[in-house]
Amino acid sequence: MIRRLLLDISSIVWLLFETIQEMSDHVVFRRRLPFRASNFFNEADRTGFGSVPLVALVSFFLGLTMALLSGYVLKSFSQEKLVPKLVVLAFTRELGPLMTGIMVAARMGAAFTAELGTMTVAEEVEAIEAMGIGPRRLLIGPRLTAVFLLMPCLVVVSNLSAMAGAQIISKWAFNISVLNFANTALHSLYFRDIFGGTFKSLMFGAIIGMIACYKGLVVRGGAAGVGEATTSSVVTAITTVITFDTLFNIVQTSLID
Amino acid sequence: MHLKLPHWHAEQAPVKESAVVAMADVHLSFGKEEILRGLNLRVEAGERLAILGKSGGGKSTLLRLILGILKPQKGTVRFRGMEVNRLSRWRLNRIRQKIGMVYQYSALISSLTVAENLALPLEELTDLTASEIDKKVDEKLAMVNMLETRNKMPGDLSGGMRKRVGLARALVLDPELILYDEPSAGLDPVTSAVIDELMMSMSDKTGATSIVVTHEMDSAFKVATRMAMLHEGKIIADGKPEEFRNSADPLVKQFIEGNAVGPLTAG
Repeated sequence: MIRRLLLDISSIVWLLFETIQEMSDHVVFRRRLPFRASNFFNEADRTGFGSVPLVALVSFFLGLTMALLSGYVLKSFSQEKLVPKLVVLAFTRELGPLMTGIMVAARMGAAFTAELGTMTVAEEVEAIEAMGIGPRRLLIGPRLTAVFLLMPCLVVVSNLSAMAGAQIISKWAFNISVLNFANTALHSLYFRDIFGGTFKSLMFGAIIGMIACYKGLVVRGGAAGVGEATTSSVVTAITTVITFDTLFNIVQTSLID
Repeated sequence: MHLKLPHWHAEQAPVKESAVVAMADVHLSFGKEEILRGLNLRVEAGERLAILGKSGGGKSTLLRLILGILKPQKGTVRFRGMEVNRLSRWRLNRIRQKIGMVYQYSALISSLTVAENLALPLEELTDLTASEIDKKVDEKLAMVNMLETRNKMPGDLSGGMRKRVGLARALVLDPELILYDEPSAGLDPVTSAVIDELMMSMSDKTGATSIVVTHEMDSAFKVATRMAMLHEGKIIADGKPEEFRNSADPLVKQFIEGNAVGPLTAG
């Protein structure tokens, strides 16, 4: 079990190294972009723009529920004015990146693994390798870059949607005005909260992208293998994202806060 | 399965070698299963070598060793004197551009059209303009009589058509060596004959060396200028097609005649 885990981790790190090497070889020797810009924009569109409705909707309802429940508890101490502070801190530092990570892992991680897995089973990945094109550069490069760079943008969408949800419920249930909500929210935020959330989201993007691509490239056993790998990819990515988040929070809390 | 961590090797200068492919004392195992046990093989320029052998005997593995996709545990695999498993990734990719591979199930990229499949290596690996790429794609598709399929998706083609497009893709970078992995497998006799004719005409037109892995004897005798039989990880017979046809070796005889009883199936 531990041996397998270590082998998986080292293989993922090695795959990342090979991907970077293939991309840098292409830049250095061929004097070209590491991959075609159209491939990157296509992946960015799917990963980023395509995930906006899901991320926005889930975060909106989550923010709404969080404001409602925390508001009722705080109201018993006459402290319902703290709802904006609570929601903005919780989302910027923790729930925004984490929930976005989980949603992207489920949506795009599954798609990456299924696509690459199907290509692996059909020998398409090997054919790309045999032609000397470099499958890591061509297939992993745009996907990984897109998920890495688009995660912080999705986190912003998640945070704003949650604020919107929380603001609506604050006005309706606790009579906190929009202006008051916005003022309290803005004054509760520190740079370290925004930095921590952004850094985490970048790391989550890298983790999700690498796990999904790795699981897709090592698929064996036809259609059943692709299905198994896709499930495993989502489960592993979500577990790893939560584990990384916990470790990051421990380090951040003990070193910075 | 895990991605294999490669060994670090110092890159070596090419040795003077007349053969296009030279494999010496190649050993390869997957776990405890020994696939190749000291295989020796030389392929000279312009030859059409058919490699025969039982299914699962390591024939396709041999092609993957030439491409550097698999690395032998022992022995050397050279292409034009360059030891493929000691090259840097960049140099290996440069070597691979001189080798075309035709896959058993074509391995066309299913999300791209036929023309895009052929254009992919040209766009990624050459400095040709879009119009030059289009021209080259059309030229190669015309060579295999598949020009009318240029805008179709691979999924819309029959098995034989996919094979022909696969062959066109293998030819698109004008390779010195073409590797065929079971080119006639799963095809009807007429389509199979068309593929055989194409293999011969491509070899004649381009002057490329060919290695054909097959267990279809009719196809092998038609296409090959030389034959080699792989058995238990070694080449046990090597010669001209006529020598194979007249061979007294019981292993070769049983394989060629397709007998169920004999030394190949004993034990």
